[in-house]
Amino acid sequence: MRMPDPDTDVIARRARIARDLRRLVPDGSSNSPVGEGVIVDEDELRAYECDGLTAYRQPPLVVVLPSTTEQVSKVLRYCHDHGVKIVPRGAGTSLSGGALPLADAVTLGLGKFNRILDIDYDNRCVVAQPGVTNLGITQAVQARGFYYAPDPSSQIACSIGGNVAENAGGVHCLKYGLTTNNLLGLEMVLMTGEVVRLGGRHLDPGDLDLMGVVTGSEGLLGVITEVTVRILRGPETARAVLMGFPDTTAAADTVAAIIAQGIIPAGLEMMDRPAIHAAEDFVHADYPLDVEALLICELDGPEAEVDHLIERVAAIAHDNRVVSLRASADDAERALFWAGRKAAFPAVGRISPDYLCMDGSIPRQALPRVLQRMTEMSRRYGLRVANVFHAGDGNLHPLILFDANVSDELERAEAFGADILRLCVAVGGVLTGEHGVGVEKRDLMYTMFTETDMAHQQRLKCAFDPGQFLNPGKVFPTLHRCAELGRMRVSGGAVPFPDIPRF
Amino acid sequence: MSQTYRPDTPEQVADLITWALAESTPLALRGHGTKAALGRPTNTSHALDLSGIAGIVDYAPEELVMTARAGTSMAEVRAALDAAGQMLAFEPPDWRPLLGQPHGPADPPGTLGGLVACNLAGSRRISAGAARDHVLGIAGVSGRGEAFRSGGRVVKNVTGFDLSKLLTGSMGTLAALTELSLKTVPRPETSATVLVLGLDAADAVQAMTRALGSSHEVSGAAHLPAAMAARSAVAAIAGDGRAITALRVEGPDPSVAWRCQALRTELTALGPTEALSHDDGAVLWGEVSDARLIADPADAVLWRLSVPPAQGARVLAAVRHGVGEGHLSGWQMDWGGGLLWLALAPTPEAHAGAVRDAVAHHGGGHATLIRAGADVRAHVPVFQPQPAPLAALSRRVTESFDPKGILSPGRMAEGR
Ligand SMILES: Cc1cc2nc3c(=O)[nH]c(=O)nc-3n(C[C@H](O)[C@H](O)[C@H](O)COP(=O)(O)OP(=O)(O)OC[C@H]3O[C@@H](n4cnc5c(N)ncnc54)[C@H](O)[C@@H]3O)c2cc1C
Repeated sequence: MRMPDPDTDVIARRARIARDLRRLVPDGSSNSPVGEGVIVDEDELRAYECDGLTAYRQPPLVVVLPSTTEQVSKVLRYCHDHGVKIVPRGAGTSLSGGALPLADAVTLGLGKFNRILDIDYDNRCVVAQPGVTNLGITQAVQARGFYYAPDPSSQIACSIGGNVAENAGGVHCLKYGLTTNNLLGLEMVLMTGEVVRLGGRHLDPGDLDLMGVVTGSEGLLGVITEVTVRILRGPETARAVLMGFPDTTAAADTVAAIIAQGIIPAGLEMMDRPAIHAAEDFVHADYPLDVEALLICELDGPEAEVDHLIERVAAIAHDNRVVSLRASADDAERALFWAGRKAAFPAVGRISPDYLCMDGSIPRQALPRVLQRMTEMSRRYGLRVANVFHAGDGNLHPLILFDANVSDELERAEAFGADILRLCVAVGGVLTGEHGVGVEKRDLMYTMFTETDMAHQQRLKCAFDPGQFLNPGKVFPTLHRCAELGRMRVSGGAVPFPDIPRF
Repeated sequence: MSQTYRPDTPEQVADLITWALAESTPLALRGHGTKAALGRPTNTSHALDLSGIAGIVDYAPEELVMTARAGTSMAEVRAALDAAGQMLAFEPPDWRPLLGQPHGPADPPGTLGGLVACNLAGSRRISAGAARDHVLGIAGVSGRGEAFRSGGRVVKNVTGFDLSKLLTGSMGTLAALTELSLKTVPRPETSATVLVLGLDAADAVQAMTRALGSSHEVSGAAHLPAAMAARSAVAAIAGDGRAITALRVEGPDPSVAWRCQALRTELTALGPTEALSHDDGAVLWGEVSDARLIADPADAVLWRLSVPPAQGARVLAAVRHGVGEGHLSGWQMDWGGGLLWLALAPTPEAHAGAVRDAVAHHGGGHATLIRAGADVRAHVPVFQPQPAPLAALSRRVTESFDPKGILSPGRMAEGR
């Protein structure tokens, strides 16, 4: 993976930069919880050298850990004026290398922004600092029966700011939407140090939807310093059905039929045989082991609705050759059904020294075809693959198993992964459903977009950060200067009068 | 001389914009023109009519996605969705009556592109989101005369910046939309609407807050004061004579019946309750989403305020106080109190100061001037004015798509 050439001049100024930053973000005193403001020690920097995409590592120039918006503003202004790049970082769980440091960039960690600022039940929202964990939001409101719907599997660790930056999803997004659909407002610091507020506790923008485009922008447009998210009252009841199938086609047909009948489950997840076995060995969820595919379908609402829908789902499954079917009797059993699915990544981590987690999205109807092709590729590359999917919305997570200590296995795994993503695009899908482009899918962007498409995205970047200081080397395969991107070739009179119907 | 160009293909759109760039001739973008009176008046001599770029390209109901050219008539979109038992969850409103447009069965109903460009949504906004939450992908031609795409045809997609969100609601200023992919959903099997009768604004907000904070998945929460309710086409509402606070539940039969009863029980302490049938409810929610009942008198200026829902009644009281008794001729609340429609006596300033102060002092939000004479909309900011750094950012964003100000310049704010 090629990253932009580090600026040797900036690296040479490292000590000076660290000293200046320390002035802007002083260490807390020994009796204050604020802790270290700037990290320069090489051993300590190593803790920041990668995110969840551990195949790539690079210690940052320095790490700065501000605790107020004002400090963030000063740090960005300083870096802007001194030509220093910034990599924003939440909890570092990105699976696409979005928070991968650069040798000549300051990593700006938001870990100290860990407070919930307001819980507003009447307006059904929570205002939080970006470093609060995803689960932390739900935990803050669950005593009153509320929760925050988007639930990435990493929810105990990942930050709400990182969720906004990646537009994270989770199993409940089929019914309740992704981060972008549950976000009401945010505060953001631009590279110039200017602070802007987008949205609030009300709905919809009063002008251009800048919040919509900042969500999922992977730290390239600004540093998020506060978020306001929508909370929901939990459903009265929720039950899950665990269904085993003799082949993945039968499972995929069941998914299609559930949706076609107008049922939108709270979650609808699929696992294939290798994933089922890995998860069962790890958490003992009592999954059936003699099936090729497993579906977990969760229904929520009033008891009358849930019982009614469970019967309908069961009938659909029976029409589609289900071989084992169990509905959860209580919340403990429902949690157990999910435990295996939620732990699928670490479970696979136990059966293979390394794995790559892919994240393509496809139209649901293409699922059997894509699985078939993936099996062929697995044979060709000589690497095993385990599959977990957000089946309800067509988001695949093939986990490619490999051993980085065996020569060329990482390269083969990456080539295999790239082939899967190209296949997703070829069947009408996209490169990434929820994990982001980062560095991982950066060089595949042209399989989905033209030069012109990409230039429109890059010009938007230029409107926010014309110096391209924020998270360079991510998302865009080629870096163009903003001046070059903005140039337009129009000459008066050179274009013939257009031959278009006029009235 | 003023011309309206009506291209038939996206390529012609690109040609026309390239020509307009070379000639420095700004174009006013339009579909059927049903919402031409929204936003600031643009100072353009020519119009670009996109209603010729029409037709459903691909609709796979089992995939819950429709791809259509931006100029496709909403009548065609609705007919296709109806045939498949599906809908657009954000409950697209029809603002023709409100904006004084002809709205008979034979009149143009508006285009899909126009709906998306204005980011409209009806009462189901509170539970299902706005147009922006349902646009999966977009193709258009920017003010540089270049055709580009963003997004795709799948629900889960974070590949690159979400330009679809930015273009939704951009009022024809950034790009001419040519194709859109939207999420569709199955129609709920049935619905019921609980009415709480005779509440004032403050109690209505309390009732709606309670209902929306319950586990009953309320998909519409609106309030009509008595004078507005009297105009309803639902006989049971108009005949009753009292203000109504309406709460809608949707879903499978047994669930709707159960939730309807539960809501009535939980709200009974606030006032007497009634239940409306699915069919009567459909009429009522149409009236509320379209804000049809406050359209008269035709010369009243109309404001649409988005505020923190629990603040709805306070903002209303502040406006009433600020504009002076007798100037508020009609109002309604939707979105649990978060959407306030106001009809005010016409003045050259359209009471902008009083309206925006009321919003600013009660938790923030925004106020949009939806209906007023073109002269008023030319000097009173139609959209919520932004603080300087944000206004500068919005301008840079607009320029990144439309550097020469060719597309509907000035529609959103002065100079962009
Ligand atoms: C085991 C495991 C399971 C996962 N499951 C899911 C899942 O189910 N669904 C899902 O969507 N993702 C999942 N992820 C991926 C990851 O958890 C999400 O992308 C998450 O949103 C990242 O949050 P973070 O705080 O760790 O961000 P980081 O990894 O620190 O950063 C991610 C990106 O956001 C930027 N960023 C972070 N904070 C800010 C900020 N305050 N302002 C501006 N930019 C910022 C960074 O620059 C970077 O580009 C999983 C990851 C792991 C390891």
